[in-house]
Amino acid sequence: MTLTAPPSVSTAYRLDGVTRTYRQRDREVRALDGVDLEIAAGDFVTIQGPTGGGKSTLLQMLGALDRPSSGTVTLGDLDIARASSSELNRIRAAEIGFVFQGFNLIPTLTAAENVDMGLEPLGLPRPERLRRIAEALVRVGLADRHDHRPGELSGGQQQRVAIARAIAKEPRVLLADEPTGNLDEAMRDEILDVLEALNGEGLTLIVVTHDSAVARRARRRLRLAKGVVTDITAG
Amino acid sequence: MYGTYLRRELAGRKKQTVIVAVGLAIAIALVIIVNALSAGVRDAQTQALSTVYGVGTDLTVTGAQTQPGEGGGPRFDFGADDGTSSDGTTTLSQSRLMTDMLRGTLDASTVQTVTDLDGVSAATGALSLTNTTFSGQLPDRSAQSGTDMGPGGGMGEPPVGGPGGDGGSAFGIDSFTVLGVDPAASVGPLSSVTVTDGRALAASDTGTDVAVVDATYAASADLSVGSTIDVGGTAMQVVGIVASASADADTAANVYLPLDVAQTLAGVGDVVSTVYVQASGADAIDAVQSEISAALPDATVSSQSQLASTVSGSLSSASTMISNLGTWLSVVVLLVALSLAVLFTISGVARRTREFGTLKAIGWSNGRIVRQVAGESLAQGLIGGAAGLILGLGGILLINVISPTVSVAASTPTGPGMQGGPGGGMGGFDQAAAQATDIVLSAPVTPVVILAAVGIAVLGGVLGGAFGGWRAARLSPAAALRSVA
Repeated sequence: MTLTAPPSVSTAYRLDGVTRTYRQRDREVRALDGVDLEIAAGDFVTIQGPTGGGKSTLLQMLGALDRPSSGTVTLGDLDIARASSSELNRIRAAEIGFVFQGFNLIPTLTAAENVDMGLEPLGLPRPERLRRIAEALVRVGLADRHDHRPGELSGGQQQRVAIARAIAKEPRVLLADEPTGNLDEAMRDEILDVLEALNGEGLTLIVVTHDSAVARRARRRLRLAKGVVTDITAG
Repeated sequence: MYGTYLRRELAGRKKQTVIVAVGLAIAIALVIIVNALSAGVRDAQTQALSTVYGVGTDLTVTGAQTQPGEGGGPRFDFGADDGTSSDGTTTLSQSRLMTDMLRGTLDASTVQTVTDLDGVSAATGALSLTNTTFSGQLPDRSAQSGTDMGPGGGMGEPPVGGPGGDGGSAFGIDSFTVLGVDPAASVGPLSSVTVTDGRALAASDTGTDVAVVDATYAASADLSVGSTIDVGGTAMQVVGIVASASADADTAANVYLPLDVAQTLAGVGDVVSTVYVQASGADAIDAVQSEISAALPDATVSSQSQLASTVSGSLSSASTMISNLGTWLSVVVLLVALSLAVLFTISGVARRTREFGTLKAIGWSNGRIVRQVAGESLAQGLIGGAAGLILGLGGILLINVISPTVSVAASTPTGPGMQGGPGGGMGGFDQAAAQATDIVLSAPVTPVVILAAVGIAVLGGVLGGAFGGWRAARLSPAAALRSVA
């Protein structure tokens, strides 16, 4: 059964029979097992589930970081499973924003420079890059901290820099892997406010989380266990 | 952004940057110093050889070696009426001019034979001789021959006269080296000397009794321009004093005569001891050597590199040390430094797995990441190169300021014995001639050395960058992120 998006909106992602297997110490691990899924453009989707259930694998598949062992993953018109490496690079550079649990900022660079790292592959002219950096930092409320390095920022501020880096490229989709996992409640709410605001402006938001508080803010909630996806929005 | 990221990463990983740069710097400095010292040793060898063989001599041709004792040593014959007598003492003095007893001579036509060969630019012959002077005083036997025998046939009065007045004798032997040279030659031993007083031998000196004297010998023998020196029993007028181009070195012989005069005085006929050969170019030397060997199978043909092996003394030790210890030390340190550069870059990539995974996740291509890693590695190499260049040039400066002096003894295949007299009985002089001198060892800086330093730095950077970049490019973004999740 395909978990479909509402019929009135366009589709951001479509997954058909996606299976992903790994070999781990002579044992085959089936991280995703025939996943059929549609995600609508502009939706706010959370993916929950137990550790080792396949959440991060699914997110990497959606982020064009990995290819399925079988099945298709379509972003817009592009089949990620069959795209060339350079096409995947282009998609990651221009259409997908990534936010990680550990922020993954480069500690030697300032906030503005970290945001700039996300723009580097786009080859934009310098004035355009500066405009986007400034705009992204304003949107996450860190305009006054642009010259601070990660070590000089709180966890919440670091995650906001990571979000600024993801949105500066003006992506179609923002993928977040446990974005509030390392933050206290106040900071978590701060980040969720930012993400909700971005989603409100039309950005498709897909968040992997263990946190029910995060999931409650989503319009659509999925659960992934043993490589199988179920929609638990109604529950 | 590329430059900012590169600069920040190098500054952020100071320990790694410093270790790699210091390793490369030490290696590069060692290579520079060893290279410069090698060049200095080569210069010193050339300088030592030029005092013996002259400037521009590529090959020497000498006669075959002979067994010691063949031909005998110098022999002095005195007749009953020889010498001058006064106060019951007879003073005797006789000079003999001899060729090297351990090596045969070559017919003078050899010079023309060699000159006519292909690839020979110039050739000249020289005759190496030793002038030995036997002088002494003994009691005047003629005065004693009329002494009456005592009664009973016993001995009469004990002999009187002689240097002590008690009937004893005193003898001295002095020798100096003589080189008969073609006054018109452009190559050969005199080509490297400097005239300090008077003039050099000229073509017009052929057949005349004139001599040019080495400055050191002139000082010890109290000779000057205008004075005379007894060579083989003939008084030669000193027309010039010459010195080695090096302030500390002596020239190849003590006294220089026109070749024909030397041949006549020595009574050896139209022969030479050594033919000095200049090839038309460095690339022709081997061919010329082969040609001469073929044309003169009994002669010994030596090249500059073979002559260099005759250089002994502490210069030889320095040369051996530099070529052995110095070279191996440079190679080992260089390998360690390059390995360090590669290993640190690879381990740096391993430590930055999440960083590179993140960069790939946000759209960085493999090529962009490889360029980043390679750039950082190259920058480390260049920092090490600059430091190594400064360290190496500092070391060279220090060597040149200290100016270590090395002793050099360049032996001459046909060289006559050193001044100072015979080394044994009259039957066998020690003719293992050597031109002993002290030479200041310098370490010249050449563009090749600078290029080598920059090349090593770039090589270190490129090797580190290539391996590190290869590792970074192989990282799958998903695996990179998974490994640190």
